[in-house]
This record gives sequence, C-alpha cells and structure tokens, in this order.
Amino acid sequence: MLELLFKLLEITVIIALLIPIAAMLVWVERRMIGIWQDRLGPNRVGPFGILQSLADLLKILGKEDWIPPFSDRLVFTIAPVIGAVCVLMSFAVIPFSPSIGVSDLNIGLLFFLAMASLSVYSVVLAGWASNSKYALLGSMRAAAQTVSYEVFMGLSVMGVVLLTGSFNLREIVLAQESGWLIQTQFLGFIIFLIAGIAESHRLPFDLPEAETELTAGFHTEYSGLKFALFFLGEYLSVTLISAMSVVLFFGGWLMPEPFASWLPPLVWFILKILIFVMFFILLRTSLPRPRFDQLLSFGWKYMLPLALINLLVTAAFKLGGFYG
Amino acid sequence: MRLLALGDVMIANAVDSIDLTASKDWQQANVISIFDEITTLVPEVKLTPVTAVENIVDDIPSFWLDKSNIYKLMDTLKNNLSKPFDMCFDLSAIDETERQHKADYVGDFTVSYHLRSHQRNQDIRLKVALARHDKNIDSISRIWLNANWYEREVWDMFGINFIGHPYLCRILMPNTWQGHPLLKTHPARATEMAPFTLPPDVQDKEQQALKFDPQAWGMKRQSGVNGEDNDFMFLNLGPNHPSVHGAFRIVLQMDGEEIVDCVPDIGYHHRGAEKMGERQSWHSYIPYTDRIDYLGGVMNNFPYVMAVEKLAGITVPDRAKVIRIMTAEMFRILSHLLFYGTFAQDIGALSPIFYMFIDREKLFGIIEAFTGARMHPSWFRIGGVAQDLPQGWDKLVRDYVDYLPKRLDEYEKMVMQNALLKRRTVDIGAYSSKEALEWGVTGPGLRATGYAWDLRKQRPYGGYDQFDFEVPLGHKGDCYDRCKVRVEEMRQSIRIIEQCLNNMPAGPYKAEHPQTTPPDKARTMQDIDTLIPHFVNVTWGPVIPVGEVSMFVEATKGIMGYHLISDGSTMSYRTRIRTPSFAHLQMLPLISKGQMVADLIATLGSIDYVMADVDR
Repeated sequence: MLELLFKLLEITVIIALLIPIAAMLVWVERRMIGIWQDRLGPNRVGPFGILQSLADLLKILGKEDWIPPFSDRLVFTIAPVIGAVCVLMSFAVIPFSPSIGVSDLNIGLLFFLAMASLSVYSVVLAGWASNSKYALLGSMRAAAQTVSYEVFMGLSVMGVVLLTGSFNLREIVLAQESGWLIQTQFLGFIIFLIAGIAESHRLPFDLPEAETELTAGFHTEYSGLKFALFFLGEYLSVTLISAMSVVLFFGGWLMPEPFASWLPPLVWFILKILIFVMFFILLRTSLPRPRFDQLLSFGWKYMLPLALINLLVTAAFKLGGFYG
Repeated sequence: MRLLALGDVMIANAVDSIDLTASKDWQQANVISIFDEITTLVPEVKLTPVTAVENIVDDIPSFWLDKSNIYKLMDTLKNNLSKPFDMCFDLSAIDETERQHKADYVGDFTVSYHLRSHQRNQDIRLKVALARHDKNIDSISRIWLNANWYEREVWDMFGINFIGHPYLCRILMPNTWQGHPLLKTHPARATEMAPFTLPPDVQDKEQQALKFDPQAWGMKRQSGVNGEDNDFMFLNLGPNHPSVHGAFRIVLQMDGEEIVDCVPDIGYHHRGAEKMGERQSWHSYIPYTDRIDYLGGVMNNFPYVMAVEKLAGITVPDRAKVIRIMTAEMFRILSHLLFYGTFAQDIGALSPIFYMFIDREKLFGIIEAFTGARMHPSWFRIGGVAQDLPQGWDKLVRDYVDYLPKRLDEYEKMVMQNALLKRRTVDIGAYSSKEALEWGVTGPGLRATGYAWDLRKQRPYGGYDQFDFEVPLGHKGDCYDRCKVRVEEMRQSIRIIEQCLNNMPAGPYKAEHPQTTPPDKARTMQDIDTLIPHFVNVTWGPVIPVGEVSMFVEATKGIMGYHLISDGSTMSYRTRIRTPSFAHLQMLPLISKGQMVADLIATLGSIDYVMADVDR
C-alpha cells in the first residue's frame, strides 16, 4: 500500500515537473532563437524574461474557450487532450536515473512507439473536427508524414534492441555501461533523430502546421487552452524525443568515469537532454521547409533503405560475434 | 547566371569620370517610319497623327484611329509587322467631358493603348475616341492576353464596354459598387457623398456578394466529363493569409494538394490613387506616389516628377540627378532585401528575414539622415529634391557600401546555396521570355527568363546612361532565377551608389525655374517679381502647361510609369499609373496550374508584388 502511494507520488512529481519544463522550453526556444536571429527575444517578464511562459499561460487561461460553430464539438475538444496525454504517457517508461522512473515496463520501447503512433490521432481528429480546409490539409499532411516516419523510427531502434537484447529502456541504459550505443548505431541514431523531428512536427518537418502555406495547419481553428495543449504537446514531444535519443544512444544517465562523479546521474541525464533540445531549436532557425511530396519521397527512398541496411548490418555483426 | 553587358547601349565609363553634362535621355525612333509601315500593311486603317493642340511632350508616336479598326490594327501590329509590337504595355481611358483644351476630334471618352516593341525599342500610343452615348469598343483581349485585366479596369472605372471580352466585371471596386469612379461626374471626396450607412439589409447583400460561387468564376465543381468523379476542393487563400503579402485573394481549385486552376481576386487595397491625382496639386500629389509601391519609397516619386518636369520643361541640375539616382538605388536595395527575406521565409527559412531587416534598418538610417523619413520620404520635388544632402553623408554611404556586399555573401551561403531551398524553387513557377512579354511582365521577372531588358540600359533616363553597371540575367525564368536576379541587382545597385558617391557634382539641388516647387525663395524679400510667383506657387501650386506625357522608370518590381494629362491647371486632369505588379499577378493562373500549394507560395514570394502597387 505504501509502495503504491510512493509510486503515485513519483508520478505526480514527474508530471508536475515535466509540464513546467515544457513551458520553460517555450521561453528557452524564443530566447535562443532571438539570440541566433540577432535580436533579443522575450526579456521583459521577470529576470531575463524567465516568467514569460507564466505570463503567456495566464493570458491563455483568460481567453474565451471558443469552439467554432461549424466544428464537431466533442472531437474538437478531445483531440488536443489525446496529443498531450500520449506524450505524457510515453514519459512513464523513461528511466530518469538509477532510482527514478515510473515504470520498468519490459516492453518499454514498444510502448513508446505505440504512444507515438496514437498521438497522430490527435492531429488527424483535430483537423477533421475543425471542419476547415486549412486544418484538413494540415491533418492530411500530418497523417501521411507520421505514418511514414513511424516506420523508420521503429526500424532504426531495432539495432539497439538487437545489441542490448531488451525492450526495457532501463536495461538498454544499463547495457551501455561499457560504451554508448552511438558508437555502433550511428546510422540508427541519425534516422531516429530525423524521424523524431518529423514526429514532433518541428521545422524542417513542420508541414502539418506550415505557417506560410496553411496559416496554422491542423490547429488553425484552435485558441485558448486547447491551443495551449497542442503547444504543450509539441514541446513535450521535443523533450521526449531528446530523452529517447539520450536513453537509446547516449547512455541515459550514465557518464564515463571521471565525469560521472561530478554530478548526480539525474543531472547528467537532464543536461544531455538539453543539448538535444538546443539542437532542435537551432535546426528551426536554420533550415527551410521541404515540399510535402519531397518529404515523403525522402522518407521512403532514403530513410527506409538506410534503416533496413542498418538493421541488417547490425544483425550480421551480431551473428558474426563482433559485439561479443 | 550570366551577366550581360549590353554593348550597343552601354557607355563604359570608368568609375571616376562621370560627366552628367554629356548625359542624354533616350529618344524614341522616328515617328514617320512607323506610320508609313503601318499604312502600307493595312491601308484601310486610317491613322491620324496627334496634333500640336494635344501637346504630347514625350516622343512616343501617337495616333488616333476609328474604333471600328482597332481589332484589325492590333492584330497587324502584333502578328504581321516585321519586328512586331510584342507587349501590350498599358491600356487605360480618359474621361474628356470636362477638358477645356482639347482638339475637336477628341470625343467624350478616349481609350488609350500603349504598345511596346522590344526588338525596335519603340513604343506606340493609339487613341480611340468614344462618344458618351456609345461607350462600346471591340475587346482586344483575344490578341493581347493581358489586356483582359486592363479592359476590366477600364470598364470598372469608366463604364466603357468591351465587346467580346470573356469576363467583363468589376476588378478593383467591389461587385456591389454603384457607378464608375474615374468618371468626372463621380464624387472624389467623402464630403461630396451622402454619409455612409450600413443598414442590415445592405450588409446582408454585401456579405452575399462575398460568397464564392465556383461556376461564376468559371470553375467546375467536379472532375470528370459529367462530374461523375470526385469533387474538387476550393481553397480560399486570402485576402488575409500570411503568404499573400497584403490583401490579396486567390481562389484555388484543387485536386488533393495539386492546383487545377486558380483565380486571383484583387482590389482589396484599392485607394483611388488615380482619382486623388485629379484633386491634388501637382506638388501635393508627390506623397501619394510614395504609397503606390510602398516598398519603393522615392523610386515612386521618380517617374511622377520626371513627367511633371517634362510637361513644364524643367531641366534638373546634375547634383539633383545624381542624388535621385543614388536614393532610388538605395530603395531598390531596400525593396530587394525585403523580397529576399520574405522569399526565404515563404519557403520556411525563418532567420534570413531578421538579418536582412538589420541591413534595411541601417540603410533606413541613412535615408532618415538624408530625408528625415524612412519608408515614404516623398523627397523628390518638381525640379530636384527637397533638400541638399546633409554634412557627412558620404561617410554614411561609404560605410554602407563597404558593409552590404559582405552580408550578401553570407546570405548567398545561407539562402541561395541551401539545398532544400533549391529543391523548392528550381524549375518551379517557370515561364518563358515569350510568355513574359505576352503577359506584360517587366523588371526582374522578365530578366530572370534571360531577356535583357532594363529600362536604365535600353532607354536611359535621369542620367543613368553615364553609370557603369550590368544587367543580371537568369535563364530558366523559375522562382530561383527570379531571386538570383534580384540578389545580383543589389550588387549592381551598390556599384551605382558607389559611383554616385565618388562623383557627386557640386551645384544646386533644385532647378531654378518658376515652376519648381517650392520655388526658390532666396530673393523673395528683395524682389516683388520673385515674391509674387513664389506666393502663388506655394499657395495654389504651380500651373503646369497643357500637355500629355508618359514617363517610365525601372522601378523595384518592374517598369512603373505615370501618364499625366495637364489641362493647364494646378491639378492633373488625368493621372494614370502603370504599375508592374498589376501585370505580374495577372499571369498567376498560367504559372500555378499543376503546382502544389507549397509551390504556389514559393511562386507568390518570387513574383515580389506589393498589393498597393497592384490596386493603386
């Protein structure tokens, strides 16, 4: 009974930390983009503008909760919730440190992939329920993009599974004590990262919302708190993809010896995640957006064969006993 | 990208030896020869050259003809003439009913056609008189495809009916508008009209008129012969959309994400600039010109003041000429930088626009030091410019001339060499030189197809013949080339500015002529004969002699021109503004068919239009 209470407390604490972190990310991103674009970014609310997200949140809370009369009310309301919940659920299987982590699910990796697949419903339903052409185009793009890139994402991590012999994320991290998997799974990592960007709809893969083309894509009709949920979902999924990259390829909370004793494992884990998040932000400031058909053909013509080759070579090496 | 120096017109001056006294404005070829040529080809068409009463002071050969012959003559000029006229450059009308000084052969209305032959480097102006009770004339939109919009505009503004026009309806005014604004009988000011009200029934009617009916726009609702296949999707892009750069509406007929057809709908930015010209003094109209191509600043003043000066016979002093060229080229850079940034942004690259805005900011700082204003300085004056350059101007300009090329090199790597951007723009939205001429495309959009036609080279004006610069050309005419040409033009503009900097002549910045505005004040306190004209010219504005003139410049977006008619008054009798963007948008359906939505956005970005320039 006490154990259950502790678990619940742990879950509450993780969620209570994750959401503010995602909100802070909005500020970090705007500040960093500002600096990289030779301007200041939000710097007025609190020291360095750090409370900007709080101010935004308050503003959004004060907005009228408006549902367009032409939309499907129920689905319109549920869609953003699905998105945020799916991403939050994925965090359940992430091992944050040797002792912190909601669940040691032995199919953790599959659970993550399943949740990533489910989150596409959020976008598709949002576009459909909005009953608006821009939203519909956006969600069509999102569906095609997510369905395609999921395939490579799944394939790209199979190399990791082959090498570690486990779907359990904690065991995958522990298997990297002798060396991070990035050494042997570099190609897999690149494919995972690209697919991850596509899953989180970030530039250069932001076609579902492509502001200059579709005004705001699938969330054109959304405002107020529901819009904030989409936003939250996006930043949570940036964090999630970063966390997964760290767990799968960069040893999770592990660090090689001289460094490991400097900081607690949880801090190392968070630092590594932050580096990835920064990479995501930098990417957004530097690249244009491909066209929809170019994006899909890039996926199927280059990513899929590469992911398969990566898997085959890894399997061959494994069979050949190179990895011991 | 190849740079072409046009040998036959280029005077290769060394940078440090500009002699504006040797500068000569370009002159049209002999009027007689074209008259003879036409009359031999079609003897039955009677052309009457204009007479001195009209006092057309530009040198464009101008003829009157009977309206029954217009179609035949146009056909001949385009299809049968050796070195034919290949562009319908402008088409407009004049309400002559209140004109005091007019020849007896001038009717109640005049339809004026302005054609251009690029091979001959010659223009021709054809005028047709129409009577008040018979405002009908044959449409020439079957010969000149781009006459379509021009004829619609004339119908909209004057109520002249073009027989055989495929779709004669309002273009600038809303469909529910009553009357034809450019008629002299139509009120020009709100105070001349009844107070505006919007009762519910009128509001309903207005809103009904905004509803989109594909059939009325000439589109089918379903694919397949009998509509048995799937429904098309109609997407209303604009008038409020992040990528239409202003208030511009395009209705897309789509099959999935592919565009089957599109109809551009303009007029949301119409402010009646031509009508205002008839109510403002020659001088006080200058600020209105700034806001035509609102990114072009003083570039807009340029053709207008040139036209007024031509009418008044004012010669601009050399210093004013060089100042004008320098500031106009600065605005070319300002406009192209904005284009560059927004183009990249339309493709999805978020950062370049911010870097380019910093460059624009620095240049606006210089403009501000010169003129006191930034985007709309209204700085040119009839006879010169408003003020002399400030002390230390050369250091400001020198610093900028040294600064910008380095930044452009960086953007080259960031934008033009980006593989994703190339994939999005190369071979997208391409058109040929022939199509460009057919649709009246001028400026960078024409040069991107590899057609070397830059007014500053072909028909030098305002002293440009003394400057050493090249005309950048593309070869494919696609989005990428249109951007590339503009980037290169910025470098050429810097070259021109540098030459201005090194060769700024001394002397007055405004002509000494009674009609320069404001007139010279120096001796007014000593001399009553100067004081009186000064007083009159400042209070009423100058009286410009009777006459008619068209002047054109190579503006930021293409060739922009003013066609002014003076009836010997303090105000213009008719102000016609020929803008490049109007023509460029008309060809949008041609280039966007078969594109994806994302391609259309890239194409729109690459055309570089300004809605105020389209709707006036």
